[in-house]
Amino acid sequence: MFRRLEDSAPERIEIEIDGEPVLVPAGISLAAALFYLDAMPSRRTQLSASPRAAFCMMGACFECLLEVEGEGSQRACQLQVRPGLRAWRQLDPLEPGANS
Amino acid sequence: MKTSYPLVIIGAGPAGMAAAQVAAAQGVEVAVIDEQAQPGGQIYRNVDSSPLADAQLLGRDYLLGKPQVQAFRHTPIEYFPASAVWYLDRNREIGLLHQAEHRRIEAGSIVIACGAQERPMPIPGWQLPGVMTAGAGQILLKSAALVPSQPPVLAGSGPLMLLLAWQYLRAGVGVRAIVDTTPRHNRLQAMLRLPRALAAAEYLYKGLKLISAIKRARIPWYLEARNLCADGDEQLQRLRFDSRGGAVEIETGLLQLHQGVIPALQLADAAGCEMRWSEMQQCWQPLVDAWGESSIAGVFIAGDAAGIGGARAAALAGQLAGLQVAFRQNRIGQQQRNRLARPLQIALRRHLAIRPFLDSYYRIDNDAQLSDGTTLVCRCEEISAAEIDAVAALGCSGPNQAKAFTRCGMGHCQGRFCGASVEILLARHRACSVADIGRFTTRPPLKPVTLGQLAAASGDQS
Ligand code: FES
Repeated sequence: MFRRLEDSAPERIEIEIDGEPVLVPAGISLAAALFYLDAMPSRRTQLSASPRAAFCMMGACFECLLEVEGEGSQRACQLQVRPGLRAWRQLDPLEPGANS
Repeated sequence: MKTSYPLVIIGAGPAGMAAAQVAAAQGVEVAVIDEQAQPGGQIYRNVDSSPLADAQLLGRDYLLGKPQVQAFRHTPIEYFPASAVWYLDRNREIGLLHQAEHRRIEAGSIVIACGAQERPMPIPGWQLPGVMTAGAGQILLKSAALVPSQPPVLAGSGPLMLLLAWQYLRAGVGVRAIVDTTPRHNRLQAMLRLPRALAAAEYLYKGLKLISAIKRARIPWYLEARNLCADGDEQLQRLRFDSRGGAVEIETGLLQLHQGVIPALQLADAAGCEMRWSEMQQCWQPLVDAWGESSIAGVFIAGDAAGIGGARAAALAGQLAGLQVAFRQNRIGQQQRNRLARPLQIALRRHLAIRPFLDSYYRIDNDAQLSDGTTLVCRCEEISAAEIDAVAALGCSGPNQAKAFTRCGMGHCQGRFCGASVEILLARHRACSVADIGRFTTRPPLKPVTLGQLAAASGDQS
């Protein structure tokens, strides 16, 4: 859905999404990384399993919730990527945290 | 880390940074708490650490923030970045989450400078991946140098939407279409306020520059759009709407919504500050005096959190609050305060001169909102407009009762993205002003905090 402007800093780091190693630009938020990777949806709601993705990118809407390093429902737009970071999309509405 | 400070400032955008600099310069001991990892707020996000090869593409107003951010970095204060205030009360006691640990802080004075949030723009399908706020698009650009892979559709109304279109053009991305919901009848009201706006003519000039660049790029610009509907299964596929009587459908994978910004009120609410409804800005605002002090003594609110005025006005309001705190704490005398405040007050009045024009030009049409009952009002608890209508028809008296009946506003975002919609729907039912409807009560935790974090902290302090 989003691409990096070609002329900006080329550094990429490796993180893990849903157990898969992926390369993303350094210094961006985890929610931005998901847009960069086109990892959509980034979660499903518990009530109706409807697909969602980051909406406000400023910490207010709580749509970007991810499981990060074993902790469920973290706001991905408020977290920076760092090498080796492990995150799971909460795609199974019946079992939030079942991935850890 | 100490447990009490003479002044705690919440937010490190233009208002918070300015308040900190002024107060610290007068010898006040200051702590600044900010949710972001870098100072600058949303407006100057990453301004001195831009991932863009050429940050100029964002425009000159953005780069104006760079000297302020750099000066703030050298201001002698205690700075808590990437930290959240989850508790605040009228006795100026603050619950802080810093590096995943809870801390209790007492503040002599508080300046709330937490800025604005986007006014929710509920349309059917706005919860789909592929739909986001225009502000989110701008944050992706400023902080991650990310731009849409395909030209997006921008829909709504207001300067930020046009600015984002202009920035995407400069970045070589293009814009598929602008779907403009600005009501036509706003123009006359705005024109009546044009003479006063001339005192801040640079804003008008900048606006015209954006508009003419967008027109030159021949972006399809649909006017008086209504009945917007985002459609798709797993992701957004198309946007449908009516424009000047005709039905339009645009295939797109990315839709960026915007209909202005409103003050972020959770902190002022938690402190118990009195609010009033602004008919002009169509939002609630805390009552503040000329220095920014709220109805709660010692609690100041500066910048957009007290009413939308923009970044320059926010910095000036922050400086005035900083001076008043220094005066209260006997760091400066009354005469010196007044002398220092005078040029700030004059400049503030000038920057605010543009607001009546902008506010009336981009005033939202409440009657055009939520015309489709299937629209999700509460994205978190998945409550539709029809469900709110149903409890309103049963005689539901206000937002808090609607919350109790439907769970609307009880989800993670705590009503930040449904409060305004619930007020509009209830006001429509009772055929009264939103002013008479009231608002959701805010309760801590204002941001998520775990029991473990609280337990660990009480262990420390006992
Ligand atoms: S995208 Fe809104 S809180 Fe993260």
